Amino acid sequence: MDITLRVNGATCTGSAEARTTLADFLRDDLDLTGTHVGCEHGVCGACTVIVDGRAVRSCLMLAVQAAGAEVTTIEGLAPDGELGTLQQAMWDSHSFQCGFCTPGFVMQATAFLRAHPDAGEQQVREALSGNICRCTGYQSIIDGVLLAAERARQS
Amino acid sequence: MKLPPFDYEAPTTVSEAVELLAEHQDEASVLAGGQSLIPLLALRLAHPAVLIDINGVDELSELSAADGWVAIGAMTREYVAEESKAITAAVPLLAAALPLIGHEAIRSRGTIGGSLAHADPAAELPAVARALDAEFVVRGQGGMRVIPAADWFEGYLTTARQPDELLVEVRFPAASPNTGVSFQEVARRHGDFAVVGLAASLTLSDGAISDARLAFAGLSDVPVRAAAAEDLLVGERPSDLLFDEAARLATADIDPPADLHGSSDYRRKVAGALVRRGLRAAADNAGERQ
Repeated sequence: MDITLRVNGATCTGSAEARTTLADFLRDDLDLTGTHVGCEHGVCGACTVIVDGRAVRSCLMLAVQAAGAEVTTIEGLAPDGELGTLQQAMWDSHSFQCGFCTPGFVMQATAFLRAHPDAGEQQVREALSGNICRCTGYQSIIDGVLLAAERARQS
Repeated sequence: MKLPPFDYEAPTTVSEAVELLAEHQDEASVLAGGQSLIPLLALRLAHPAVLIDINGVDELSELSAADGWVAIGAMTREYVAEESKAITAAVPLLAAALPLIGHEAIRSRGTIGGSLAHADPAAELPAVARALDAEFVVRGQGGMRVIPAADWFEGYLTTARQPDELLVEVRFPAASPNTGVSFQEVARRHGDFAVVGLAASLTLSDGAISDARLAFAGLSDVPVRAAAAEDLLVGERPSDLLFDEAARLATADIDPPADLHGSSDYRRKVAGALVRRGLRAAADNAGERQ
């Protein structure tokens, strides 16, 4: 089936079987391999992308369902190679170790901070509770997101 | 795993969807938000020949309030319901349960009708629907049927919907004034399925309880009402002593499942604690809503 959608501000077209998930379409057809596929059944959050302004799990959405949608992937957050506020804050807070889960955390936190710029620690913890990290123990990720929120409020 | 192959249909009206269901019967699965069905496909636990994707059926996302009922289109996304002022005002128990469903990214796609048609007994919405005696509107080629919540949940992941029928709307009664509600659950982390969950609603009149509703999630293969405890509560004034007795009655003859997250006995104790907490919280906010 032919699909046309907007990804990171550019119009993209491609062809996918009905059973192809949005995650696999982004990676295999559009070469946007920053979206990671962990569990492939909606548990780990590594494949989180933003679709029409909301964080979604791209392994639980068919590519054909994204036709006409506006999708943002991790590649869309630093188009000119400069880290955004959240990315820089996570860098400064050592919010990653192996980095596999990072794109999912960053996309989830991006959508969350847009909707809740004044969020406190408890809200951040709940917002990120659907993303699994097996290395860092989460604390440094929470610190990074809170630091980003603080810097965004100051600027 | 990757999803197994299937044929894909994307109707844009309820009549088209119903026609497709009549054609394919139980060879077809209806795809709403996909937050339960796609995992089932990925784990190869479901092998539908045809997926009927109803995401393009706009008429299924309508929400209206009239004559003491709030009618929610089956495709209404959980985050939309969460943000709905009409639901917060008229169906506070549903509003209390919505933020506890899955995680934020799940509620972006998940739907009210999808969760209730999937009928996972540990999920929040089935307990809410059972507690409030919601009504389920299904459409088939023969016409429309309205099924009360007491008859909707038939077993684990099994509802009264026939293979050629589509769940189109769920109707929740608007809460009467002086109604307090609480959704309590114990889960391993925020967003996980509840080890035990409880939907509680109390209506007070002149300080005494005139209506009491308690429904458990996660204790059986369907959401369960605690009828004996409800009967005890009606006519009484809220007190800790009364709520202790309600908790005892509500857990007296339940036989919860055991798994690695909790033994049967643990779940029974948690259920009792949730009844006490839920009733206390509902009684307190019934006062606030006066």
